[in-house]
Amino acid sequence: MNGKNLSSRMRKRKTGKEKKMVINVLEWLEEAAKRHPDHTAFADANREINYADLQRQAKIIGCRIVELAKKRGEIWKNQPIAVLIDRNVESLILFMGILYSGNFYVPLDDTMPPKRIALILDTLGPVLIINSKEQTKLQADDMLSYTELLEGEESCSEALLADIRAKSLDTDPLYAIFTSGSTGTPKGVVVNHRSMIDLVEQFAGTFDFPREAVFGNQAPFDFDVSAKDIYNSLYGAGTVQIVPKQYFVLPLQLIPYLNERRVNVIIWAVSALRIVSNFKVFENCMPKHLSLIMFSGEVMPVKDLRYWQTALPGAQFVNLYGPTEITCNCSYYVIDREFADTETLPIGKAFRNTEMFLLDQETGRRISEQGKTGEICVRGTCLAMGYYHNPEKTAEAFVQNPLQNAYPEMIYKTGDLGYYAETGEMMFVGRKDFQIKHMGHRIELGEIETVVNALPFIDVGCCIYDEAGEKIVLCYQAAEACDKRIVQGLSEMLPKFMWPNRYLFFEQMPLNKNGKIDRTLLKETYI
Amino acid sequence: MEQLQKILEEIRPDVDFASEDRLIDNGVLDSIDIIAIVTAVNNAYDVEINVQYLLPEHFNSVEAIYRLICKLQDE
Repeated sequence: MNGKNLSSRMRKRKTGKEKKMVINVLEWLEEAAKRHPDHTAFADANREINYADLQRQAKIIGCRIVELAKKRGEIWKNQPIAVLIDRNVESLILFMGILYSGNFYVPLDDTMPPKRIALILDTLGPVLIINSKEQTKLQADDMLSYTELLEGEESCSEALLADIRAKSLDTDPLYAIFTSGSTGTPKGVVVNHRSMIDLVEQFAGTFDFPREAVFGNQAPFDFDVSAKDIYNSLYGAGTVQIVPKQYFVLPLQLIPYLNERRVNVIIWAVSALRIVSNFKVFENCMPKHLSLIMFSGEVMPVKDLRYWQTALPGAQFVNLYGPTEITCNCSYYVIDREFADTETLPIGKAFRNTEMFLLDQETGRRISEQGKTGEICVRGTCLAMGYYHNPEKTAEAFVQNPLQNAYPEMIYKTGDLGYYAETGEMMFVGRKDFQIKHMGHRIELGEIETVVNALPFIDVGCCIYDEAGEKIVLCYQAAEACDKRIVQGLSEMLPKFMWPNRYLFFEQMPLNKNGKIDRTLLKETYI
Repeated sequence: MEQLQKILEEIRPDVDFASEDRLIDNGVLDSIDIIAIVTAVNNAYDVEINVQYLLPEHFNSVEAIYRLICKLQDE
């Protein structure tokens, strides 16, 4: 072997060494800041920030958080930091800053009832709460605002941040997102960097993202649907345009806004896409740039999908499926044919590096034949780490793979029921418990019932869901009809999307032969 | 207008529709409410509220919604 050959080999090896595996989502931010410093990273109605400024500000925030810990004589690593979110750029800058500090963020919506926020904070025990806005009705210790955090001289120790990063693992938590819990206490799903990196890499390899992607963000930041906007955008140095909430209330200005901001990708809740089709919004204005439309959260009705497809015949439409616990989505179906109104869209097949399978609810065996219904289970890197400070609920849903007992391996039991269609695609059927999807929100009816049953003037309450009418129906037994008092009571504990849409008063609730409230009879009679 | 107020109260029993005149501007109604209201109004009054009427000025109060219905019925 001559010298020249050796040196070229060593160079090769060195190049090989340089291309390291991504272990922290901030590496995408740093790459984008290096290559496209002036490109807009995040924008809302009032403000925008480019990649260079985003990186600079996030680093300062990271350093400030470390200083705050030091002042208290503590070191924070992999600790939860809550962010009071709004539909603003500041929330996203704070997320990145918290990651630089070596901790993980927990988005919280402070318009939720204070008692529910208190329940969440109680479970979470955050080391710090940062408000992305100036005001909040929330009373809490250890709270400061984005502006307060950035006050004073801009200083930042690169060595400190480098040290934090050197010690970080891809299995460290990225965020925790709270979701409805059947016993009345919300559950915090903890997702790590590795799961998100996997999701984003699979998305990039599967879907037709435009070269300069501009994501029109609809989902609030306390829903993991929004994480897909944030990280798919960071990965490709794209832009996230945060669409103001009021455009989804009265959608006349929605499409003009998307056009003005040159939005070409939307990853929305089905309910948001349906607002557009329900009101026939395209009659007034057509979208000019959209080329990729993804939706999830509920079953997309074919007639609504057709409304969108007719308006955008050249765009790619994707049905995404999955609960927060497996990092946003585990399966997808690219719409590749016309569907009849009576047909249901498949949830499709699992992403690469993810396995989805059906377990027979009676035998516990794996189902491989077509048409037979079983519980959808998921295996792979996409699995969340579990529920924060909640080993009981974690153990119920994250379990040892029942198909092998030779070594420890977790799977997630979604609680969703599905079957294989003739085409081999997975179809969603419904739930095996009392969880519902209502206007894009995942709700445990048990959580509503817990609150209703705690009201002193209620004997007993029971929630049923009217799927066709999309209404939560509360049946209750009390001394007298008291709908208004119930709403008042609920509004102190539950966010508005969990309030019942219909109230049925009973002097005596119907019971079944086991002495339990007869849900079946209630459903048959009143829905 | 009493009938309209009843329809609205059924959708949002917690809101005092008689006194509230900034239903949209103050964020009292959300997208779910608007869909429910438009559907209920379309059915009850045999009108069709088109997208061009989806503006805060038509939904900020019971009177505003009522005026919109009258206008659509006259057309």
